Amino acid sequence: MSQPIRVLLAKVGLDGHDRGVRVVARTLRDAGMDVIYSGLHRTPEEVVSAAIQEDVDILGVSLLSGVQLTVFPKIFKLLAEKGVSDMIIVAGGVMPDEDVVELKNMGVHEVMLQDTPPDAIVKTLTRLVTERGPR
Amino acid sequence: MNKTVDQLRAEEKDWEANEVAQFLKKQAERKTQFFTLGDIPVKRTYTAADLAETPEEDIGLPGRYPFTRAPYPTMYRSRNWTMRQIAGFGTGEDTNVRFKYLIAQGQTGISTDFDMPTLMGYDSDHPMSDGEVGREGVAIDTLADMEALLDGIDLEKISVSLTINPSAWILLAMYIVLAEKRGYDLNKLSGTVQADILKEYMAQKEFIFPVTPSVRLVRDCITHCAKTMKRYNPINISGYHISEAGASPLHEAAFTLANLIVYVEEVLKTGMQVDEFAPRLAFFFVCQADFFEEVAKFRALRRCYAKIMKERFGAKNPESMRLRFHCQTAAASLTKPQYMINVVRTGMQALSAVLGGCQSLHTNGYDEAFAIPTEDAMRMALRTQQIIAEETNVTQVIDPLGGSYFVESLTTEYEKRIFDILKEIEDRGGTLKLIEEGWFQKQIADFAYETALRKQSGEKPVIGVNRFVDGTPDPKIHTHPYDKSTAERQIARTKRVRAERDPKLMAELLEKLKTVAADDSQNIMPVTIELVRAGATMGDIIETLKTVWGTYRETPVF
Repeated sequence: MSQPIRVLLAKVGLDGHDRGVRVVARTLRDAGMDVIYSGLHRTPEEVVSAAIQEDVDILGVSLLSGVQLTVFPKIFKLLAEKGVSDMIIVAGGVMPDEDVVELKNMGVHEVMLQDTPPDAIVKTLTRLVTERGPR
Repeated sequence: MNKTVDQLRAEEKDWEANEVAQFLKKQAERKTQFFTLGDIPVKRTYTAADLAETPEEDIGLPGRYPFTRAPYPTMYRSRNWTMRQIAGFGTGEDTNVRFKYLIAQGQTGISTDFDMPTLMGYDSDHPMSDGEVGREGVAIDTLADMEALLDGIDLEKISVSLTINPSAWILLAMYIVLAEKRGYDLNKLSGTVQADILKEYMAQKEFIFPVTPSVRLVRDCITHCAKTMKRYNPINISGYHISEAGASPLHEAAFTLANLIVYVEEVLKTGMQVDEFAPRLAFFFVCQADFFEEVAKFRALRRCYAKIMKERFGAKNPESMRLRFHCQTAAASLTKPQYMINVVRTGMQALSAVLGGCQSLHTNGYDEAFAIPTEDAMRMALRTQQIIAEETNVTQVIDPLGGSYFVESLTTEYEKRIFDILKEIEDRGGTLKLIEEGWFQKQIADFAYETALRKQSGEKPVIGVNRFVDGTPDPKIHTHPYDKSTAERQIARTKRVRAERDPKLMAELLEKLKTVAADDSQNIMPVTIELVRAGATMGDIIETLKTVWGTYRETPVF
């Protein structure tokens, strides 16, 4: 039997909008994934070390405060420093289209915006893990 | 002669058995049961029999107890609602330009959005503020920022709303010092500070300190203003964020009143009489998609509030019993695809606020599913209000939906359900206990999850997302740009203020702040006013208080 997909969902920075991340957490849990939710107001350092410690397949960061172009470079830098290269990084939230392009260029695997249906999120994450292959 | 309720019901039954039944044979209805957005079942139609449980005196007249129909007897016939578009980005100077633009476009009040560091009590040069300075609102660290923000705006003519919560009392102190410096009579200034911390723990999640000292700060704002700023609203008890976090309209209404009850009880404990402060309690609700449900919600809220203030708290002054509210269209209802249709959504929602009798209104920008709004989007939003106010004539008659069998029946249903929830909250141990237990948070999350599933299945139609999806790309949208020099400009001023102030005085005042904070019987406003006048930053005050009160971290539920 294959291991369930392990996901850390995180809120980084001062943003308190947690409606979306909690809907996603529940959706993924109901789909049989192992879900850890960081809670609010975490730093990139806290999130990256938790993701490594928990050995997750996917780190999902939810942002509705517009700071995606500050937060994700920090996350990638920390991951590189710790020698992590196979973690799937996804973003979610409300952000302009230009930022979505920039995040993908930076190495974010998928950006899922508001109104993404729950099933589509499950499918996307499952696909990303399949594409990555076994670790 | 009027028919009796029994006769009316018999007639309705007969209609169901004949006209309806025959018609249904030809064409079935779209669904077997219909519900409001908040899950309240609705009938095929309503008759006078549905008003049987609504006593005539519960409907009443505008400006008269229980204020179901309106808080004032003349409403928009005297003066339209305040058109209050919220704005905030960059530094005080940047937002001041937007304020002046909106005023020039006919806006009649201003409302300030603060950036996340300001909302959470961090100075702009704190590591947690990186990337956030002036991004989603205006950055305010010191009185000097506030002076730039309100430069050239006549505070006696334009009321200012400060949309801020855990650090609200500091902003209020800055506003007070600024007003004093400009020579205003504080008792003449109208305005509002949101300062509603309980809904933060429930929904918006901007908090710093644990619940008990946070509620004390709210109490201190209310009592201080009641004594020194007679026309100022020291709190804006808000359902808006509860709704945006995913709650049903019913929960929005009920949870807001649960919070009201806590605040009133806290102030009463100081020995202040209810009529000394209740007339300045103000509210803030969302107006969202289900048109008649929203109107009924507003009407029920007014009735529930009147009854709570009179029957539970023994208010004598009618002004203590009339609920006044600001309203904002539902940001969470906006869509990225076909974004211009957000104008239509917002217009419909705004109309429900007006027919529901709001005192002030913010209409969202069509571009807010992308970023904070541009000037163009805000002008369109303001024009939407102006069309309702000046072209539609809906302002001529007060509570024009009053007497509608459906709206009256739904109003009474709302009232009943709100009181049921308030009782449940009390039976479960009260609002503060349930906040700590995450009960409200769970109720809100449940409805948010339900809504996501209903959007997915199409049961909840969202045009452009799950209905009438159009493959053609939308015209390119120009979103609000973030000026990368913001943090630098902002931090420079904060550093200048720190360099120019008297360090000895600052140290003394911060010590005094600790003493006041540790003594629950004192009011924190006077020392805070002294601090901001002497050049204290937001961070100075907040970090000092963290050493006394600690911080709050929620146990997340999903």
